[in-house]
This record gives sequence, C-alpha cells and structure tokens, in this order.
Amino acid sequence: MPELLGHYNYWIVIVLMMTGFYTVIARPNLIKKVIGLFIFQTSVFIFFISMAKVDGGTAPIIEAGISVYSNPLPHVLILTAIVVSLATTALGLALVVRIREAYGTINEDDIHVQDEAD
Amino acid sequence: MDYLIDIVLLGLLMITGFAIVRMRSLLAVAMLTSIYSLLSASLFVALDAVDVALTEAAIGAGISTILMLATIALTSDEEKAPRHTPLLPLIVVTATGAALIYGTLDMPHHGDPDAPVHHHVAPTYLHDTPGEIGVPNVVTSVLASYRGYDTLGEVTVILTAGAGVLALLGYRTRRLNSRGPGNRQLVVLRVIAKLFFPLILLFALYVLFHGDYGPGGGFQAGVIFATGFILYALAFGLGNAQRVIPHRLLRIMAAVGVLIYAGVGIESMLLGGKFLEYRVLADDPVTGQHLGIMLIELGVGITVTAVVLIIYYGFVSRLHARDI
Repeated sequence: MPELLGHYNYWIVIVLMMTGFYTVIARPNLIKKVIGLFIFQTSVFIFFISMAKVDGGTAPIIEAGISVYSNPLPHVLILTAIVVSLATTALGLALVVRIREAYGTINEDDIHVQDEAD
Repeated sequence: MDYLIDIVLLGLLMITGFAIVRMRSLLAVAMLTSIYSLLSASLFVALDAVDVALTEAAIGAGISTILMLATIALTSDEEKAPRHTPLLPLIVVTATGAALIYGTLDMPHHGDPDAPVHHHVAPTYLHDTPGEIGVPNVVTSVLASYRGYDTLGEVTVILTAGAGVLALLGYRTRRLNSRGPGNRQLVVLRVIAKLFFPLILLFALYVLFHGDYGPGGGFQAGVIFATGFILYALAFGLGNAQRVIPHRLLRIMAAVGVLIYAGVGIESMLLGGKFLEYRVLADDPVTGQHLGIMLIELGVGITVTAVVLIIYYGFVSRLHARDI
C-alpha cells in the first residue's frame, strides 16, 4: 500500500463507525437503531481484520512453501464476535417486536409521549 | 494491485452505509444491510481472513437479513421523520470521529509486518500449530484448541440468546397452517428449494468436517445447516418445516451441543488431563487433538443450528399467530 494511504482502512472504518453511531443516536425508529448498531459492529470487525493483514502474507492455513501468513488471532476474535453479533441482533429485534406489541409503535418519540402521558 | 480491491470495496461500503442512513423504507434498508455484509465479507477475503468471511456471509448477509425482514413484517416498514434537528448528533459524531482519526495517526501502517500486533502470541500459534495440533488451519486450532475455553463461553452465549428470544417471543404451535403459503405462484421456488435443500445440508457437513483443513468450522456449518431448513420453511410453510424438525427437538439439540462440548472437557479431566486438554483423548497426542476438535466442532454446530432455527421459528410463528 502506498505511503499516503497507510491509514486509509482505519479512516474508512471510523467513517463507517460514525455512520452507525449517528443512526443510533439521531434516528427515532428502533429497527433503524438496531441496524445502526449492526453497521457499528461490522466496522469494528473490519478494523480488527485490517490490523491482522501482513503485506505479502496469505490466509493462515499452513501450506508447504509459504512462510508469510496474516495474523490468525484477530481472525479468531472476530469470528466469535460475528456469532455474538447474531445473538445481540436477534435479541434486539425480538425486543423491538415486543415493544411494538406493547406500545403500537416502534418510533422512540411516540413511545416517550405515551410514557409521559401515563 | 491488492490495495486497489481494498480501496474500491471500502468505498462501496461507505456508500452503502450512507444510503442506509438516508433511506426511509425499512425494507430497502434491510436489503442494503445485507449488501453491506456481503461487501464486508468480500473485503475479509481480500484481507486473508477466509474463515471470518465465511461466517460474515452466512450470518450477516444471510440470517440477520431474514430476522430483520421478519421484524419489519411484524412491525412496519415506514420510518417517520425525526422530530428534532440532527444538529446535536452531527456535532457529537463529528467530534468523536475527529478524535478517533487523530488517534489512528500513531498507528502502524496497514499491512506493516513489524506492527506490535504481530509480535506477541501470534507467531507462537503459527509456529506450534503443525507440530502440536496437526491441523493446517491455524484459525481452527486457536479457536477450538488453544482458546477452547473462550469458544465454550461463546456457545453458551448463543444458547442464552436462543433462550432469551424464546422467552421474549414464545412459540405458538396451535395456529400454524401446515399448508404454508399455498397456491401456484411458488412452484418455481418450491422446485428450486427441493433441489437445493440436500445440497445445502451436504455443504454444511463439508464445512463442518473440513474445517481443520480449509476455511470453516462449527459456527459456519451450523448457520448453513439452519439456512437449509429456513429455505424449506420459506417455500413450504412453517407447519411443514416443523414436521421435518420439530421445535421440541430443537430445544433439546441446543442444550445437547453445549453438553457435548463441556463433556469433552470433563472427559479429558477424567483421563488425567486438564479441562479441554484434548491430547489425552487418544494414545497419540495429535490424534487426540483431532478427535477433540472434531467433537467440539460438532457440539458447536448442533447448538448453532438449533438456536438459529429456534430464533427463526420464534419470529415466524408470531407472524402466523397474528395473521390468522
């Protein structure tokens, strides 16, 4: 990678992360918030995998005649993190379904109005 | 040339991310999220993380999208405009982003072989795996053997998530129509689904048992296996899928997977080793490692399949209960 672009991956990751963060704090729709969290999570995955890359390396599957491998440890961490992301997304969406049944809406502003009326 | 792929894929990811924030139709947003996951899976391949790419493609682009679509069907697909101005969130996001970018300036460059991250335990894993574990895929050896404890915790998290969704959404069998989304419009889908169903299951088994040698393992295989049944349920209705693999069986399977995993740990203790020390499982340490990894991957696969299907059944049975 050229010298100038040495941090390109990290910068894009931060832009993606902030996109997700913005969706979570600025959008009142609960499904949109869960999707925002999902974007945030995926950007962190890209961050770790970018750090694991070694120039000229290959996938960490041992093969005769190859000496440079990318770092397998972040791969393991992120593999399990993706599985946890499924667990959190599923639970989050299940909560959204129940909130809709209780309040009749998935808009955060409307939920606040109903809560204050009580 | 490699970095060109990197630059283009990250650019596409950024465009998709912005489109997701701007779009108001949640159905379109769910599809874009799937594309976003698929793009990041492609990026992972370009960055040598093949195992991660397989997981992201199966979970992010596959199961998560199905769950989002199910949630949208259960709620609404229209997003109302926010009532307050986005000024304050924009300021917060810009300030945080600027601070983080300032933080990256001290980081080693992308791909730098001398970066500190490559000089702690990673070289040991790469060096010792062929002799100690005897499997070529280092990701599998770290996941299943060196860090077996973590993965056991991971499987328990999955089981807990399944229990959580079950507690939140429940499961209603009474009103399931066994005929499913009938009529002739689905003929093509049904023929294709019948054709693909065995192939998907076969591929899942390949991914499970070939995980030592290539990309794959219990997590990916479990999700792919569940996808086969989800495809079947989409084409033939939940009632028929429930006959193929009943909910009661899934609840047992989810627990059995974790039990197999922990059982391998206990067994290695009984044979005089430490918890999850596979080399005592057979006369030859490397054969023991192979056996241990195979068994725990099987346990992981069973639990993941069962939990993904429990979550799917939970969402869809609620949809049925509401429609009828």
